[in-house]
Amino acid sequence: MKIQEADAKSLLVAQGLPVPPWEVAHTAAEAHVAAERFFVGGADQVVIKAQVLVGGRGKAGGVRLAATADDAERVADAILGLEIKGIPVRKVLVGPAADIVKEYYLSAVLDRASRRIILMGSAEGGVEIEQVAVDRPDAIVTTQADPLLGLLPFQARQMAFRLGLGAHLKDAVAIATGLVRTMQAYDADLVEINPLAIVNETGADGQVSSRLQCLDAKITLDDSALYRHPSLEALRDPDEEDPADRVAREAGLTFIKLDGTIGCMVNGAGLAMTTMDLVKRAGGEPANFLDIGGGARAEKVAAAMRLILADPKVNAILVNIFGGITRGDEVARGLIAAREQQERDVPMVVRIVGTNAEEAAVLLREARFETAATLDEAAERAVAASRSAVA
Amino acid sequence: MSILIDKGSRVVVHGLTGREGSFHGEAMLAYGTRVVAGMTPGKGGQTALDGRVPVFDTVVDAVRETGADTSCIFVPAAGAPDAVMEAAAAGIRTIFCITEGIPALDMIPVVEKVRAAGARLIGPNCPGATSPGRAKVGIIPGSVHREGRVGVVSRSGTLTYEAVQAMTDAGIGQSTCVGIGGDPVIGTTFLEVLQLFAADDETEAVVLIGEIGGTAEETAAAWAAEHLRDVPKAAFVAGRTAPEGKRMGHAGAIISGGAGTAASKVAALEAAGFRVAGSPTELPQLLRDAGYRG
Repeated sequence: MKIQEADAKSLLVAQGLPVPPWEVAHTAAEAHVAAERFFVGGADQVVIKAQVLVGGRGKAGGVRLAATADDAERVADAILGLEIKGIPVRKVLVGPAADIVKEYYLSAVLDRASRRIILMGSAEGGVEIEQVAVDRPDAIVTTQADPLLGLLPFQARQMAFRLGLGAHLKDAVAIATGLVRTMQAYDADLVEINPLAIVNETGADGQVSSRLQCLDAKITLDDSALYRHPSLEALRDPDEEDPADRVAREAGLTFIKLDGTIGCMVNGAGLAMTTMDLVKRAGGEPANFLDIGGGARAEKVAAAMRLILADPKVNAILVNIFGGITRGDEVARGLIAAREQQERDVPMVVRIVGTNAEEAAVLLREARFETAATLDEAAERAVAASRSAVA
Repeated sequence: MSILIDKGSRVVVHGLTGREGSFHGEAMLAYGTRVVAGMTPGKGGQTALDGRVPVFDTVVDAVRETGADTSCIFVPAAGAPDAVMEAAAAGIRTIFCITEGIPALDMIPVVEKVRAAGARLIGPNCPGATSPGRAKVGIIPGSVHREGRVGVVSRSGTLTYEAVQAMTDAGIGQSTCVGIGGDPVIGTTFLEVLQLFAADDETEAVVLIGEIGGTAEETAAAWAAEHLRDVPKAAFVAGRTAPEGKRMGHAGAIISGGAGTAASKVAALEAAGFRVAGSPTELPQLLRDAGYRG
């Protein structure tokens, strides 16, 4: 689960990491009030950042500075009118603009190849790390946290020195170990600070000092671990969750909407991807990924069918079930019940093999469903049905 | 020989008295697997599967009383990492963890400790393994198999059944079929299973069934290019049409930052001498094309 920057920053603060203050505003007027507070507090400028769960906010004009509270209101108004990668901006983060001396990148990430948490750093912060990895892989420093003890202080010191943060050693070590601690505390897959920055701060006496601050934060949480962090469920952003995704999640289905016309209902994730691939190979476009899971009963099948049909672009449906735990006759009953309830008639090709496939075949034949024997045949027939629906 | 599981394997099923455990325990027994024990805390002294299998409170009891050497874990996600640790601590050599939905970070110390104990973990979130005609552990339907000499390794469940059924229908049997699991942190990788197949004198060809996410297919391909040069090799990779940044059901099936794409995996496998199928149904023909005569 992805969470918003402001929520990620709250988790970092709770773990004792240095994050500059911020407020979240849902309207331009709220942004004005927040900016006013930061100006009164001594800020020269404020930064206003779109809160959306997609990357590339800066390039899309979703991160801008303002020099007065009125200016902040205008900027917030403009950002709140944006759509970034199709997501309307519904809130902005407002905070004092930092006087940045130098930007770094630092993240803790679950590394599948080594089966460990790795700490990844770069002295080239503030830009997309994927691009740095391609252009200058030597500019990225990594170290593996101990699988039993976590990130050790000496590893954090090594990272700090290799990034050239020797002058801020104590802060850098605290932040590096804090990232791994944050990851473990909330079961995150990724805790990323980009940029981590050396910033100048002017004290009340006019003296300028520099320190390390986490200026941005990105955290993704492990969905499988949410059961033991009930408070984190509240960070799921309902504004950005597709209604279909919510229905699917609540029904225990895994559903991902795509752009095509052929709805797919499959048991098992690998087979669901394969079914999509074969639809594409046969010349069609899959409308969704949908895994009904193992042992799905008739009600679940009916819920899956409603989800598929809720997409107006769907003009053909392919059902592919390889029964193991899942019983073919249960799926067939679910399909028959769903068709009786459904409001629009869409051609459907059903292929059920494995456990109780023969019982399923009888049921489907009696109910006059179109069936296919192999996956390739099913994909081709679904594509043909989709084509004739357009013609 | 076969790998991981054979006629001599003595299996203890964790959670044998539960819904999943009893259903699949029965199927394993029916296939001819030596299910020697069940393990459910608090039910020690009882029997399961119509009195045919004794149940113990702890794995160490099961090992002492029955000589169990293989674990099959069906316990819920919250308790599964502990179940793996218990099996390793009791001296179990091969541990299959079928459980799905275990938090990924939980598996990091578990994988480390299992390795230190000299045991092998398959999974989690895997369908298990079958050595056709000998034994099966896990949830793969026995009916899809046929005895033979092709080693199959896959990250998926039902996709594996699809591919194996296609091979069986074409008269191509399997030495062992292994599902390694769809999670980001798993005990045994594609590479390690290929190494086991390479050392198995009854495996004469290999089939690898991968999917988007991570780089395990690429790593395995690089090793196979060198060490399985003369072995007929075929592969399938699921997720050619998967969009970037979305988890496709399996926790590990995600393309992120342009890495883990099907195209990258297909290219690596082809460069390593695998014949890569556009559909799982093409795998039998590709094995023949690669020179497999079994």
